[in-house]
Amino acid sequence: MSHDHNSAGAAHGNTKQYTIGFILSVLLTIIPFGMVMAGGFGRGLIIATIAITAVAQILVQLVYFLHMNSSSEQRWNVIAFIYTILTVAILLVGSVWIMNYLHYNMMI
Amino acid sequence: MAEVLHHDNHGHDEHHHHDDTDITVFGFWTYLMSDLILFGTLFIAFAVLSSHIPLGTPSAKELFGDSLGFVLTETFALLISSVTFGFAVLASYKKNVGQVLTWLAITWVFGAAFIGMELYEFNHLVHAGHGPTTSAFLSAFFTLVGTHGIHVTSGLVWMLVLMYQIKKNGLTLPNTRRLACLSLFWHFLDIVWICVFSVVYLMGVL
Repeated sequence: MSHDHNSAGAAHGNTKQYTIGFILSVLLTIIPFGMVMAGGFGRGLIIATIAITAVAQILVQLVYFLHMNSSSEQRWNVIAFIYTILTVAILLVGSVWIMNYLHYNMMI
Repeated sequence: MAEVLHHDNHGHDEHHHHDDTDITVFGFWTYLMSDLILFGTLFIAFAVLSSHIPLGTPSAKELFGDSLGFVLTETFALLISSVTFGFAVLASYKKNVGQVLTWLAITWVFGAAFIGMELYEFNHLVHAGHGPTTSAFLSAFFTLVGTHGIHVTSGLVWMLVLMYQIKKNGLTLPNTRRLACLSLFWHFLDIVWICVFSVVYLMGVL
């Protein structure tokens, strides 16, 4: 019985979590789309805004939808995630770097 | 995820099952991480190929410049479906089968709307003569966005099967575990889509 009580309490808190996550996601989607569609902003500013709002929205969804946190039950999930991001980052930076260098040398 | 696991623990007598769910969900998370590497490599191919578009083939700006409103609508369909899936998980904590099925059905409709819009866009591009064979950039585009679409479609099929299982057997431990895994899968696909609309569409039309 006590379990039922707990789960109801947690479920209530979670509705709030999903709502906050949804509102933040909507804002972080509208800002970059709005800037690009309206136009008139500097290229550097737009690229920075797209990158920052994308990373922010990914973090919002990880925390509010996937409930990722620093608790001990979550530790291995978080470590696996960070390691994957590290792997992808090394692949991305390395590939773009090498291919740009190659294009430069071939004068394309 | 902790919440999902926590609610599967029905008491000490079922502790063994709880451990089972724990390890299954972690295993599924590990699969998602390998899937993330798959998407990462497709993004890398796209990043490399989209920066050197050959003369005479359309650029991202020409292709997507006028369809950002369409992509924004697509994005909202997927985002809403992510939240409604969350509400299905919350309903499963309350052991409310009817609510779980209703939220899953709503999620399915928004997911199907997303896929329908994506197919429309692909069809439109191919008929305008901008199919995947036009340039390496378009091959990378169709592979990246198409792979995401195939994942969402698999999620939709899985959701139908799970709705049938829940309707037939109720919210049993295996069904709750499946719901937890599909919820991870669905939220994960929304996160991949954030990267797609930022890198492919928004940065593309600059």
